Amino acid sequence: MNLKLVAKRLIFLVVVIWAASTIVFFIPRLSGRNALRERFGELARTGGFSPADLEKIIASMQQQFGLDRPLYEQYWTYLGNILRLDFGYSLYRYPTTVTELIAQSLPWTIGLLLVTTILAFVIGNLLGAVAAWPRAPGWMRGIATPFILLTGVPPVIMGILLLFFVGFRWKLLPLGGAYSVGTVPTFSIGFILDLLKHQILPGLALVLGSVGGWVLSMRGMGVTIQGEDYVNFAEHKGLTGGRIFRDYYLRNAMLPQITGLALALGSVVTSAIIVEGLFGLPGIGTMLNLAIRSNDFPTIYGIVLFITIAVAVLMTAVEFLYPLLDPRVRNS
Amino acid sequence: MSTVALSPPAAETKVERPGKLVLFLRYLRRNKGLAIGVLILLCLVAFTVIGLLTINPKHAYPLSVAAKKPPSLKYPFGTDFFGRDLYAAMVVGMWQTAAIGLLAGGIGTLIGVVLGFMSAYFGSWTDATIRTICQVLTPIPVLLIQVVIAGSLDKRDVTILTMAFIVVLLAWMGPTLVIRSQVLTMKERQFVSVAKLSGVSDMGIIFKEILPNLLPFIAAAFVAQVFAAVFAAFYLAVLGLGPLREPLLGNIIWAAQSQGAFFNGWWWWPIIPSIAMILILGSLALINMGLDELANPRVRRTE
Repeated sequence: MNLKLVAKRLIFLVVVIWAASTIVFFIPRLSGRNALRERFGELARTGGFSPADLEKIIASMQQQFGLDRPLYEQYWTYLGNILRLDFGYSLYRYPTTVTELIAQSLPWTIGLLLVTTILAFVIGNLLGAVAAWPRAPGWMRGIATPFILLTGVPPVIMGILLLFFVGFRWKLLPLGGAYSVGTVPTFSIGFILDLLKHQILPGLALVLGSVGGWVLSMRGMGVTIQGEDYVNFAEHKGLTGGRIFRDYYLRNAMLPQITGLALALGSVVTSAIIVEGLFGLPGIGTMLNLAIRSNDFPTIYGIVLFITIAVAVLMTAVEFLYPLLDPRVRNS
Repeated sequence: MSTVALSPPAAETKVERPGKLVLFLRYLRRNKGLAIGVLILLCLVAFTVIGLLTINPKHAYPLSVAAKKPPSLKYPFGTDFFGRDLYAAMVVGMWQTAAIGLLAGGIGTLIGVVLGFMSAYFGSWTDATIRTICQVLTPIPVLLIQVVIAGSLDKRDVTILTMAFIVVLLAWMGPTLVIRSQVLTMKERQFVSVAKLSGVSDMGIIFKEILPNLLPFIAAAFVAQVFAAVFAAFYLAVLGLGPLREPLLGNIIWAAQSQGAFFNGWWWWPIIPSIAMILILGSLALINMGLDELANPRVRRTE
């Protein structure tokens, strides 16, 4: 890949991040709500301090957050802060910063996402490839069908159904949470097993909810590749079915799927955080859920921006990796 | 050809071209996914229409019937913690889901068709601008930006209409790019050149030559948009960002979740809207796939 293309992609990445940040900066200001006033108004009702004090507190907080300065100045500072991944303070858990909150919950989300995405991608693509492979035995091709039917079921609903049957009816797995109530996080085998047990249902919900999409797109890819000359050539060379499947068919059908993975990242991440909220895992999703419930605007915006930046960076990374996998792209 | 030659000429005059509906039904027999999808959708429409005629819509709102009753003859889907009859809530909720989906899907597709045509037909800077905007917005997780918009609104201001509006704001990029690429390939086809040479105006070419050929793509884009809109509205509602009082399916699940429905044994409360949602999204997904097959014969399965 030449330098000019790399530079172009990087500039595009910056533009995407800038656009997202700008949308997130201006939308709340268009709505005309004052998050600080709402938050402290709430506190004043329960805490019982006088309206005059309240005004003073709000004024000093606005000064601290820089909300008393002109809009363009705020926007400029804001863009600078975004570059340093500084998303300001959480209103609800002041003085914790949003960045700290994200850092605390990030490992949970990354763990869940990484495992489920890889599993769904591998299983889905294999099933899809087999489904479109004319030489595969009938029963093998049939396996894919139930998974395709699952494409209409969003991961959240899959989670609810799993909670209902596995957790509630059959009582096989816990109904949510990160680990059993009353246990203390330690590095013992018992605790780790307990931890894993709580990850099975959300993980399963995400895998089952997204595997069908991969099956479908891979089957579509597989059908178009069968007519290609190189597959015919391999067949006439007398290579074994398994060899053709692996090296000629699967390998070439896989490449567009990797681009698909980059494109799907946004929706995968969104599904993951919503499923996380459903199961009450201590990841970014639960953080977002709590922030929405408590009108903690800086946290909502911070989480959204952070995920957007992460997705954009990952997509660019996949595009840079692509030539390593596909010699056709490398040479052109 | 040979069969025509073999048949007596008298029979030939009797042969009528089957009507469009008959042709469509015949096509459905080959495209099973589309057929099943249409069938489920028709059942859902029937459920909603019959429901709207028979239920008392007030029972879909809190404090109208006895609370926390499991499914029975009187309340086929049970009632929830807040005293809503879930049967009535399903009927109204489906109706609202349909309203959001059709409104957002329709507007999104319309914007997509207009922008796609402008982009492909005028080219140069118009194309560059539209394409760049689409490309920049595509990597941004749309649902999360919708969370920001819905979250910034005062909860009391969120209605079914605002939900549709929020969804539409960020949902026109897909159809725009699809229509653009299709118009681009059509523009180069011979029948368009012939029309141009014979002096048909630009508008004439767009409406008489290109648009009719695009209908399968527009239909597929529309169903995809409805699917995306229903999905987005559902996710926003599940996060507690919907119109909280309305019995929108996602809202009911959100409410059930907040009240710990499973922990308390009220299993029917989240399960019933979940099944309804599966049927809605499942039928739309099947129809979408079926239309894709209709629009892109290359995807058609080799029999």
